[in-house]
Amino acid sequence: MSALGVAGGVLQAVVIVGGAPLLLGLMRQVRARLEGRAGPGVGQPWRDLRKLVRKQSISPRGTTEVFRVAPVLLVAMTLVVAVVAPLVTTASAVPPVADLFVVVALLAHATVVIALAGLDSGTAFGGMGASREVTVLALVEPTALVAIFALSVPTGSTSLPTIVGTALDDPQRLISPASLLAAVALAAVIVAETGRLPVDNPSTHLELTMIHEAMVLEYAGPDLALVELGSAMRLSVYLGLFTSLFVPWGIATTATPLALALGVVALVVKVGVVGAGLAALEVFLAKLRLFRVPELLAGSFLLALLAVTTAYVLG
Amino acid sequence: MEPVVMSPPAAALLDVAAGALLLTAVLVVWRRDLPTILRIFTAHGLALGALVGVLAWAQRSVELGLVTIGVLAVRGGLLPWLLRRALAGAGPARREVRPVVNVTASLLAVAALVLLAFSVSVPLVELGESPATRAVPVAVAVVLIGLLVLVTRRHTISQLVGFLLVDNGITAAGFLTTSGIGLVVEVGVALDVLLAVLVLQVLAGRIRDTFGDVDLGELRELRDR
Repeated sequence: MSALGVAGGVLQAVVIVGGAPLLLGLMRQVRARLEGRAGPGVGQPWRDLRKLVRKQSISPRGTTEVFRVAPVLLVAMTLVVAVVAPLVTTASAVPPVADLFVVVALLAHATVVIALAGLDSGTAFGGMGASREVTVLALVEPTALVAIFALSVPTGSTSLPTIVGTALDDPQRLISPASLLAAVALAAVIVAETGRLPVDNPSTHLELTMIHEAMVLEYAGPDLALVELGSAMRLSVYLGLFTSLFVPWGIATTATPLALALGVVALVVKVGVVGAGLAALEVFLAKLRLFRVPELLAGSFLLALLAVTTAYVLG
Repeated sequence: MEPVVMSPPAAALLDVAAGALLLTAVLVVWRRDLPTILRIFTAHGLALGALVGVLAWAQRSVELGLVTIGVLAVRGGLLPWLLRRALAGAGPARREVRPVVNVTASLLAVAALVLLAFSVSVPLVELGESPATRAVPVAVAVVLIGLLVLVTRRHTISQLVGFLLVDNGITAAGFLTTSGIGLVVEVGVALDVLLAVLVLQVLAGRIRDTFGDVDLGELRELRDR
């Protein structure tokens, strides 16, 4: 546990928790402007959260503890990833946890917890949403593992800080075919896992199409605030990991205040740019039919597999 | 086979061109609407041109430079243009509606084919270890993907694209294993392919005149009327 890692862990937690709703607001604002609307402003998700926290906490009759602890677990697991992953610094607060498999497992676990809560509510929509979410998750998980694994092949280590550190030392590796294929595959994973278009439409409440929204329909008040915050944090963590793996420049390698400040600014700018780009792209996309989603994910799995094999063959 | 000495930037560029060649071949299998497939196929031709261009640069060969211009003009310009014309004449169907094998299954088949190509070309790579020969498995994979498109698609234009993918893969393998095939041979092959595409284009037109469609699934038996 190094000073750089601890400083990075604290900064990352603050930046992710504080910045995640702002990122969501930025993406909605970009989308609104491109569609010719004025938009509610970047701070709207924070205002929504404040409103929700002040409301009374209620849970539906017949639900168990699973329903009540799920939002807390979602936020907690995402927060652990936000603390240990190499986002602001190349060091990690708890290096053994910053492993590729642990991070992907934690992020998937958060999804499973929410799916269980959706089942626990006992409503038709909750079960339907959980079933769809788990279907998508089962297809996405191997892709995420294999895509990041392709990046770990030349490094010889599955530790994320090591992968990011060596990419920083040897930038030529970032334009290798393996890295480019892995980037495309991981982008598809992020889109599917965070419930963005074309897999899920984040701004709809239409019963027949929704995936993520269907699971959390029964939540209200502070619990809903936690779920919303957790979802926003997942999006930020995924985008932060993506930028750290493929555009690592600016990330802090020493524990000086200047380097750390630069790392924070770099993270905010990179994630902001990628998020705004994603939102701009979504304007031109229509939601995919649910039965076409496996096709998209099979394609991204194929790209991830190609990334690993070309990493071995082309070196 | 004499190994070609390459500078690290040239080797990196060669790897990127090979990666683009493989990615565009996979995208042809992934997408359904034919205009997009033709755009991806154009990118595939340009990636092949880039691959030959990098080889020409690495070997400082003027002859290969000329071949690069030829490859870019024929495979990145002329053939896609012919295919677009054929598509415009092929009636209203703009999509590969029902391939013989569905897209998800063919994507998984592509994964298996690529692994097969990479494993069978290990001895080829061992003949002369160099950045160029290490990209040979990619060319073999493109040939196999082209064959898959050729046998699993029903629309004439998709089948033409599959045929041309096979040819592009063979060309790439040729340039990667030898240090230049020679201008005359390459010009001969290019003219052959061009002729084949022209003949198939006419054939597609005749099929459409007879059946009102270019779906090759309609051709169930040979018949002499």
